[in-house]
Amino acid sequence: MPRPHRWLPGTVAVVGVLAVLEIASRTGLLPRRWFPPMSDVLVRLVGQLGDGRFWTDLAQTLQGWAIGLLIAIVVAVPVGLAIGSSWWLYRALRPVVEFLRPVPSVALIPLAILVYGSGIETKVFLVAFASLWPLLLQMIYGARDIDPVALETARSYRLRRGDTVARVLIPSVLPYLATGVRISSSVALVLAVTAELVVGSPGIGRAITEAQNGGDVELMYALIAVTGLLGWGLNAVLRRVERPLLHWHASHRLEEVA
Amino acid sequence: MNRRRIGLILEIAVPLLIVVALILWSAGSTSFYFPPVTDMLVTFKETWLFDRFGSDVVPSLYRLAAGYAIATVVGVAAGVVIGSVPLAARAAEPIVEFLRAIPPPALIPFGILVLGIGDTMKIFVIAVVCLWPVLLNTVDGIRGLDPTLTATARIYGITGWDRLTRVVLPGSGPQIVAGMRTSLSLALIMTVVSELVASTNGVGYFVLQSQRDFAIPQMWSGIILLGVLGYLLNAALGLVERRVLAWHRHATERAR
Repeated sequence: MPRPHRWLPGTVAVVGVLAVLEIASRTGLLPRRWFPPMSDVLVRLVGQLGDGRFWTDLAQTLQGWAIGLLIAIVVAVPVGLAIGSSWWLYRALRPVVEFLRPVPSVALIPLAILVYGSGIETKVFLVAFASLWPLLLQMIYGARDIDPVALETARSYRLRRGDTVARVLIPSVLPYLATGVRISSSVALVLAVTAELVVGSPGIGRAITEAQNGGDVELMYALIAVTGLLGWGLNAVLRRVERPLLHWHASHRLEEVA
Repeated sequence: MNRRRIGLILEIAVPLLIVVALILWSAGSTSFYFPPVTDMLVTFKETWLFDRFGSDVVPSLYRLAAGYAIATVVGVAAGVVIGSVPLAARAAEPIVEFLRAIPPPALIPFGILVLGIGDTMKIFVIAVVCLWPVLLNTVDGIRGLDPTLTATARIYGITGWDRLTRVVLPGSGPQIVAGMRTSLSLALIMTVVSELVASTNGVGYFVLQSQRDFAIPQMWSGIILLGVLGYLLNAALGLVERRVLAWHRHATERAR
């Protein structure tokens, strides 16, 4: 028997699940009011691609995601590196970070509404706050993981400060930054959609609520699927960007062999 | 004084100093949004110890616990199946990857549509969201089982239930707990979000309602409570982890 293709079982499973849902809905096994046939959802999804409103919503979600994530990176990288590379700062601030990290960022939603209203500022604030922590932790770990031998070697060879940063610091911190950005990116998307759902900032999240309230069930499912594809796509893009930057690193060398 | 002791003093002193500084700095605050920290703490005591504890904290914790428990049981069970059968893993991968990529709150409108706005919807949403980290970590844990261990089990003819409880689950335990840790913070987040969207009680509801009534110290007290809850839940799981995995090298190293 020939070995099944790598992606064959996955494809069969996806098609199978969609087919079961389609049949269950068409035969009335699942109440059609709540579970419309998957083909209708698919048609609605494709129809959205020609709708300007959809693209505006998508752009607004991505805008909140991007600005918030950027703010988090700009803040977390220098602060994380400073905490991680100084014994004093690490000792003093680690418990503070450990305490603030498990605080659920969504608890700040009412505060953000109060201070910023229901526009893009609320979304950006929540995204930035939530995606700050994974990045900060990764940068602290990254700075602490710099090989002291490499630093001493750089010093022995009298590398100038700029060269030390370029040849020792950046290469050793980069993998941590990449991991941090990837974790924070999905956190950022979650918070962007949450802000849209709860606060009503414009974007895909608000469109989902509106579809549900308006009884447009097909659209609701189509848009939920869009958020899933968006999360999956952003992750895939970041991985693709990482690869040429980090091809020399052990974690990526392993991936290539496997 | 040695470095170790200075470090310990710093770890205790700096957070205390920050709290004191916040109290002093905000003492004369006339800002509507940021009242004096002492006001928040007084309100915290009046509100949560234990006036609204039964009416808001208990419902929140109940939903959180129920959703989390369901997610853990289903996640481990499904993870064992998927992790043990390579074909199942390859078949499930795209579906799991897609469902996992959906931002969790996007499932709330679906939950409201099908289950209404009661506890069932909230528990369902919490469970779905917490499922993925547990499931994926269980799968990874089972795939990463020490081959010597599984071979030994096979040679001694250990199969079925014994194999599951004595070889598979203990072997993948540390990884499963790592997944449960991720899920726990997700559980609290989803509890709060679901209460913000549609609820008549719970801590998330209380915070939003206080904000709508412009009861700012109350709102802050709720935010502080959620922070404390997040911290305590995380710490509690850490304790459980040390007990259950005391035999495990990594766990004992961390327990030091």
